[in-house]
This record gives sequence, structure tokens and C-alpha cells, in this order.
Amino acid sequence: MSETFRIVPAGDSAVVVEFEARIDPVVNARAIALADAVQNANLAGVRDVVPTYRSVAIYFDPLRTDYNGLLKRLQVDARQTPDSAADVREPIRIPVCYGGDFGPDLDDVATFAGGTVDDVIRLHVGATYRVFMVGFVAGFAYMGTVAERIAMPRHGTPRVRVPVGSVGIAGVQTGVYPAETPGGWRLIGRTPLKPFDADRNEPFLMRAGDSVQFFPINRTEYDGWRSS
Amino acid sequence: MAIVVVKPGMLTTVQDAGRWGFQSRGVPVAGPMDPVSFRLANAIVGNRRDASALEVTLLGPELIFEDVRAIAVTGAEFDVTIDDVDVPLNTRVTLSAGSRLRFGRRQRGARAYLAVEGGISVPPRLGSRATHVISGMGGFEGRPLRSGDTLPLGARVPVARAPAGPGLPVVPLPGAHALVRVLPGPQLELFAPDALDALQSSPYTIAQNSDRMGFRLEGPRLKHAGSPDIISDATPLGVLQVPASGQPILLMADRQTTGGYPKIATVITADLAIAGQLVAGDKISFQVCTPREAIAALIAQERALQRVEGL
Repeated sequence: MSETFRIVPAGDSAVVVEFEARIDPVVNARAIALADAVQNANLAGVRDVVPTYRSVAIYFDPLRTDYNGLLKRLQVDARQTPDSAADVREPIRIPVCYGGDFGPDLDDVATFAGGTVDDVIRLHVGATYRVFMVGFVAGFAYMGTVAERIAMPRHGTPRVRVPVGSVGIAGVQTGVYPAETPGGWRLIGRTPLKPFDADRNEPFLMRAGDSVQFFPINRTEYDGWRSS
Repeated sequence: MAIVVVKPGMLTTVQDAGRWGFQSRGVPVAGPMDPVSFRLANAIVGNRRDASALEVTLLGPELIFEDVRAIAVTGAEFDVTIDDVDVPLNTRVTLSAGSRLRFGRRQRGARAYLAVEGGISVPPRLGSRATHVISGMGGFEGRPLRSGDTLPLGARVPVARAPAGPGLPVVPLPGAHALVRVLPGPQLELFAPDALDALQSSPYTIAQNSDRMGFRLEGPRLKHAGSPDIISDATPLGVLQVPASGQPILLMADRQTTGGYPKIATVITADLAIAGQLVAGDKISFQVCTPREAIAALIAQERALQRVEGL
């Protein structure tokens, strides 16, 4: 049970429930639980429900929505969100071929960490990450929390083009690029998995609230994954 | 059963009502910049309100129709001809097979909508045919039209009679200056006390690097109360987000699903159509209204559209 939220309209077709303004698994779990509750309620007029780090946006058609009913429901559901992030899902395991052409920033991250490339890999695969939010482009999962030692800030000037599958670090966040886009994250490796594939039965590899672990593969294994 | 693209125009894309329901997975909504003109075009030809149509930007295309079709052109005023004969706008017109439809000079507004009876029948992606240009999703091969493209059409639809004349919900096309209404928030408290007054104090100019994602605005500087960075959260359609520069960005159809800048105010839904008719170099003024006014304007717009759709 928690009262630490507020409900604010965003124009006439969206309303946002904001929990505490910090990046925290418990706060994030609350946002995701509320989003799931609203989504599962299948309310007339609701067009999209978007959980983020610490808030939930509900998009609706104001001419087809019982707005006061929606507000009441949000009040009740937000209060009933859990006080813990105990709902841990079976981790999604993502293979990564670290370094070389795939990880052009791996050496810099090792220098930042005051250690070796192997130290960086060991630290990156050693944690279980939480998907706090999916945003930026289709299927881009913002994951945390990266070990402080390798939490190198993003590039001052983003790369114009980051290849699909690139695995990067930006401070305490890590993520996998689902599409070729510009990007400023420190690239340490690449996965043969596609975080987003519109033609796949389940187009999205990850959703908010998922647990993720990375594991190292070599180039031969990477090529094997790609061709399978 | 198709349209052949002779000349694509500057930025002509297939759009439907948008790819709703996947923003939690980072998928942008896309859809028409001027949703009212889009819906009107479909209504006039008797399509479903969310059927896919072409959005034409600034410089229109030249198209050949392979079979008989009813069409309607709404939104921005262009000189439009069929086989060199002038065509009225906001009117149902039936083309014979082999007709050549040409967009000529643009008079007013930025984006026209060409609805074709039966809709543009490109394959849906995540339930929508809307083109999101930057991510290459939806529409015709995920991109604006090019010369030589062949657009498949859906089956023709029976229509009782052709709506035309006065009473159509035609979007009041702005000249080079539009006034749109906003509701404060969702994060007004992250701004200095005078920021909302500053927003309304004089017009903003739409900067050159503006597009379907958003309009970068140049005008009165909006000061933050504290840090100009927030923990990234959802970015609604029509919201004014303000980065450290204090120059707001109006988020439009192709916006990203999330962003990390405070949001001072949100354009009301009824005025998105007017904003969607603006282009780089135009001016836009903002005026705070009440939620009651916002909904009243939307109801009036909806009633007018439903009158056309009900025919």
C-alpha cells in the first residue's frame, strides 16, 4: 500500500500517474503493476498504457472514456501496487560476443574501470538486470543496474549509426540496440538475437519488468547463432 | 487495382489512424499530422474512418490510377488536376481507369490527404499501415513513396451518395501563423513561475529542422525551476517538452514514445489538426484554455465529422 503518487492530466487525451522521482526497482515495479492492472481492465476508450521508470501514461479517447471513473480506478489501483519488486521473472538470457569490431568501446570501458577487458565482461555478465522501461525505438529496453566500476557515461557526441544488436553501457544503464540508429552508448559487444522483429511470432524480446542476464559467446558461436 | 507513382512529391506517405497499443514496447504511433482532414477524406469516399490514405507534404505527387475509383483530397489547398482538368477539394470525385492525378501549386496549409475508395492496401505492421519514416515501419516498404512504386488498393466500397458543399468539417487552414490552445502540464511545476506566461507572450517560429517527429520552436525562452533533465517518461502527442535551451519542442505524430525533458503544456486534441498544417518558417502562438473548452471543441469537431461519416 502506498500513497506516494500523484495523478496529473497531460492535455485532454492522456493522464499520467507519477510515483516517486527516482530510479528504483520498487518504484518501477509499482508503475508496471499499475500499468498491468489498467491494461487488463480493458476500459472503454483507453488506447495505450505506457509504464516508464517511475510513472504510467494512460492514453484515451476523451469522447469514449468515463474520465472520472478512470481517475477513481487509478486512485484505487495505484494505492494497491506492491511495496516490493518481488515479482521476479525467469531471466531472459542474451548471448553477447564482446569486443573486437562488435565492441569498439570495450577497451575504453576497461580503462575507465581501471582493469582489463575480462574484468569488464565479468562484471557485465555477473549481474541480473531489470528492464525498467522500453522506449526510444521499438524494442529498446532500458536495463539496470550496471556495476559502478564499469558505469561509464555515454559519448559526448553520439555515433551516427549503431549496428543492430550492439550492446552498450550508459552510466548505470545497459541496453541492446534493436535497430540501426544513432546512439551515444559505450558499445562493448553484440548479440545475434534481435530485440525486435516485426515478422516474429512474438515481435519483442523484452518487456518492462523482465529480468535479463548476459552470457559471453565467441565469434564462431555468434556466427552459428546468426545462421540458425 | 493499384496506383502507380509517377512522381512521389516531397514526402508522401501512407498513413492510417496510427499504430496505437505498442508504446509500452517503444513503438511510435505515427499516423496523420492533421487527423481531421485525414478522417474527412476517408468519410467523403465512404471508407472506414481509419482506412489508410496518402499524406502529401508541401510538394504533391503525380499518380496514375489503374482502375475506376472515387477519391477525395482534403487538408492543404493544392491545385489538383485529373488529366489536366481542375478537381474540387473536399469533394468526392470518380476517376476512370488510366486517369492521371497531379498535385500542382500549393496555396495554403502544409499537408493534404488523398483518400481512395477501398484504402491503400499495404500489409499492416503491428496492426497498422501507418508509415513511421525514421524507423522504417509500416506504409509502403516502411518509407515515403518513390517514382515507380505500385500501391495496392482495397476493394471498392458502396456509398449511398456523395457528401459535398457547406457544413463539412474543413480544417481552418492557417496562413503563416496559427493560434493553438493548450492545457498546462503535465509538469508545469518543473518550470519557473512566469514560464506559462512567457509561452503565451509572443509567437514562436517553427525551425528548419522540424519534421513529423516534432516542431522545434524559436521564441520566448521558458525557464526551468530546477534541472532541465528528468527521469525519462512518456511523451504524449501535442506535448511541449523543453530542453535546457528553454526553446520548446512540440511533439507530433512520429514522436518517440519516451523522453527526458520536462513538459510544460499540451496542445488540445481539437487543435492538433491546425498545428499539423504548419511547416518550418511558420509561426505558432499558444493560449491556455480550460479542460471544458478543450472537450467542447473536440465534441463540435466530432459531430461535424460524424455527419459526413453518417451519409
